Amino acid sequence: MRKKIRVLIAKPGLDGHDRGAKVVARALRDAGMEVIYTGIRQTAEQIVNTAIQEDVDCLGLSILSGAHLKLFPKIVKLLKKRGGKNILIFGGGIIPSEDIPELKSMGVSKIFGPGTKTQGIIDFIKTQIDADGKRR
Amino acid sequence: MDAVKKEKKNWEEKVLKKVLEKRPERKKYFENYSKIKIGRLYTPEDIEDLDYLKDLGFPGNFPFTRGVQPTMYRGKLWTMRQYAGMGDAEESNKRYKYLLKQGQTGLSVAFDLPTQIGYDSDHQLAIGEVGKAGVAIDSLADMELLFKDIPLDKVSTSMTINAPCAIILAMYIMVGEKQGVNLSQLTGTTQNDILKEYIARGTYIFPPLPSLRLTTDVIEYASKYLPRWNPISISGYHIREAGATAVQELAFTLANGLAYIKALKMRNLNPDDFAPRFSFFFAVHNNFFEEVAKFRAARRLWARLMKERFKAKNPKSMMLRFHAQTGGATLTAQQPDNNIVRVTLQALAAVLGGTQSLHTNSRDEALALPSEDSVRIALRTQQIIAYESGISDTVDPLAGSYYLESLTNQMEKQALTYIKRIDKLGGMLQAIERGFIQREVQNSAYLLQKKIEKEEEVVVGLNRFRSEEESKLEKLILDPKIEERQKKRLKELKNKRNKEKVKKALNDIKKAIHPAPARRSGVHKQENLMPVILEAVGVYATVGEICEVMRQEFGEYRESVSI
Amino acid sequence: MGLIEKILQGDQKAAAKLISKIEDEPTSALEELKVLKERIVPVHTLGITGPPGVGKSTLIARLIERYREKNKKVGVLAIDPSSPFTGGALLGDRIRMQMHSPDEGVFIRSMATRGQLGGLSRATAKAVKVLTGWGADVVVVETVGVGQDEVEVMRVADTIVVVLSPGLGDDIQMMKAGILEIGDIFVINKIDQGETGHLERNLELVRPGREREGWVPAIIKTIAVKGSGIDELHQKIEEHRKYCGKPREVERADED
Repeated sequence: MRKKIRVLIAKPGLDGHDRGAKVVARALRDAGMEVIYTGIRQTAEQIVNTAIQEDVDCLGLSILSGAHLKLFPKIVKLLKKRGGKNILIFGGGIIPSEDIPELKSMGVSKIFGPGTKTQGIIDFIKTQIDADGKRR
Repeated sequence: MDAVKKEKKNWEEKVLKKVLEKRPERKKYFENYSKIKIGRLYTPEDIEDLDYLKDLGFPGNFPFTRGVQPTMYRGKLWTMRQYAGMGDAEESNKRYKYLLKQGQTGLSVAFDLPTQIGYDSDHQLAIGEVGKAGVAIDSLADMELLFKDIPLDKVSTSMTINAPCAIILAMYIMVGEKQGVNLSQLTGTTQNDILKEYIARGTYIFPPLPSLRLTTDVIEYASKYLPRWNPISISGYHIREAGATAVQELAFTLANGLAYIKALKMRNLNPDDFAPRFSFFFAVHNNFFEEVAKFRAARRLWARLMKERFKAKNPKSMMLRFHAQTGGATLTAQQPDNNIVRVTLQALAAVLGGTQSLHTNSRDEALALPSEDSVRIALRTQQIIAYESGISDTVDPLAGSYYLESLTNQMEKQALTYIKRIDKLGGMLQAIERGFIQREVQNSAYLLQKKIEKEEEVVVGLNRFRSEEESKLEKLILDPKIEERQKKRLKELKNKRNKEKVKKALNDIKKAIHPAPARRSGVHKQENLMPVILEAVGVYATVGEICEVMRQEFGEYRESVSI
Repeated sequence: MGLIEKILQGDQKAAAKLISKIEDEPTSALEELKVLKERIVPVHTLGITGPPGVGKSTLIARLIERYREKNKKVGVLAIDPSSPFTGGALLGDRIRMQMHSPDEGVFIRSMATRGQLGGLSRATAKAVKVLTGWGADVVVVETVGVGQDEVEVMRVADTIVVVLSPGLGDDIQMMKAGILEIGDIFVINKIDQGETGHLERNLELVRPGREREGWVPAIIKTIAVKGSGIDELHQKIEEHRKYCGKPREVERADED
């Protein structure tokens, strides 16, 4: 049996614009994944502990406030410290293209901007994670 | 009418049928975003039951379908009000002066998220957020800087602030006082619409009941001392942006309005004492007639609800005045210049819908905070509509269109159906607590997304008519030192102010909150918190400090409704 | 260090991995489980069940506070349904317990039913053992909360709390054959949201509770969002724990 892909969709920072996060969560569910959604205003500690306890294969971070360059590194660092370095991280929201290289260099695999098809996210996850649930 | 019906049948059989056989229509089924079926042709038959005097009437008269003023834009154009605020108070002050110089007629203040959620700039959770989505305001000192050299008796100011609204309004009053401006001269709007924060947007602090107390404190206070202030702007905008359809936006906004009226009535206030100062805030999206119909239906339905449910006597209590903003969610990051055209269409719909004020979005908002160039084009768009299109020269020019009137009727009817469902759930508070509203909105958002992905809805430049070139727009770069600067300013303030006075003022707030029986029926016995908040703000207590006292007493709201 | 050793030392990641293994490859996890079982002593397991929307997760969040005040480590297993069509699931209970996420003494795991009926997933009972191994002093299991046939929880829990809320007054009659029979404690939550008399009366009529000598199923009224009634509930749970004596070996874990 193919391993179930487990995903955490999290909103770090203070912005409450959760439309995108919720649409993505539902789309991933409909694609057969097990999706944990923890709501808005999540701290790095909350996100990382959730990712570890839930043993997720990927972590999707959604942010629209512009605080991504401060908040993403904090999460990635903490995640690595807690042994979650194999977790696939992707991001979405209003993130200027100039910031993407920096985010990628710190370990965020992909940024999905406005206008992204949810199918694109599903395909991305499925190509990155093999049937055993391991990162390709 | 019989002749029309007969002739229509004739036309369908003799003319239409042949054409359809030869050339089928583009789609089998036409519908708008609100899932209202759009007919091929609208005729007098579709508005057979429309009673002109009862359903439309004259502008400025009940039920205000045609507008809230008798002369509308022939008398005075709508207020062009661009939402802005960034960085610290000093920088925003510069932007406001620039906008006023460009011909903008009202200010609209955006606050950063820490301010909106009641954290000072030096709070742990504020890291990375200070000055990002708006201006950082920690204390009265920042507010003084924000409005430096802007005479508050000359300009009307709209402030997007909800959970800590009472505190920010108190600061505005104090700035006015220091400028020598009397309370009765202050004009503007505070959003102060906490209910929609639980549905969309998410800048709540406290649980719904104490939040409702703060909201009603502000409204009650304004009804006594701020005759020209709109103490609340009941907002459908964010509900729509979260994915609601136009009908849902309309229904949920009015239902929130009804909830506030009910809460105020429990304080033994007469709706005619406060309802005339209620204002509304709607989004305006791309489907042109749907949007115009929504605004007209909103006015008529609100007027009827106020008259029938609350027995309002003053016509002003029944008058739905609103601000409109073009739809942020309709903008694309792809080919951003196309957004100028979208914004133009949307702005046109808002004006033809009879808006009192308008914000036009900038083309680059799907990419980042808007640049100065983009903001100027957005403002120019409004000016072109106002001065060149001619549509402001007559009142409600689309009235009488068979299509528009039929659509207006349908939207009113569907919104009322929703409102009755919410009644059955025990009112808006219950409907929100049970997650009914949130789920309705999420479902709509998800359905629309799927439709776009299947190309059942066309978004030009996104799923059709794509081109590969990258946008070359100049983006606004915020000063990265803002957070440090703001924190330094806060530290200096805390050293400078009279600590004893601050301590006492904060304690006074605590005492005024107590005893706070958070029981629905006990609301009217509570003390209005505005006076103690004014006192605290005046001795430079910070937003974070005041909110902390309230957090201790009221508790914090935690999101509990999942997907 | 092996996975089991890590778990026994309180490593959350190791425990989380083993739970996944139990879910994904149940057969190959049996060996590890056998080793684990020999190294642990069963702890008190609390089952929380009841219809949707009555506030089960919020109630658990409050109970966690009480346990943490006494420095007890808490494990939570929150079960949500998998879609029969796609196999996907939205695991949403955790959102109401998320304030405990930064706390190293709390381990919350969301589980999808993956086709299992009865309110739990196949892996739940075994996951209780993993959390016990991790160091939980109490394990709380929240059932799916969709139907009255959610009686599987009685196989894993020592104490079963059935949560209800006002407005269920008449529906309760319909439930008598189901979850009402398994309750050791009944909670009427959200008592500020409506009249409870009707529900209480009906509950008195149909409440057989779990048939055990010397234990009378109690009714506790709470408002979980405000934290009221939680002390009483916690106390009653403790009473029942003492009444039960030594926690049972979880049955299901041994079956397959």
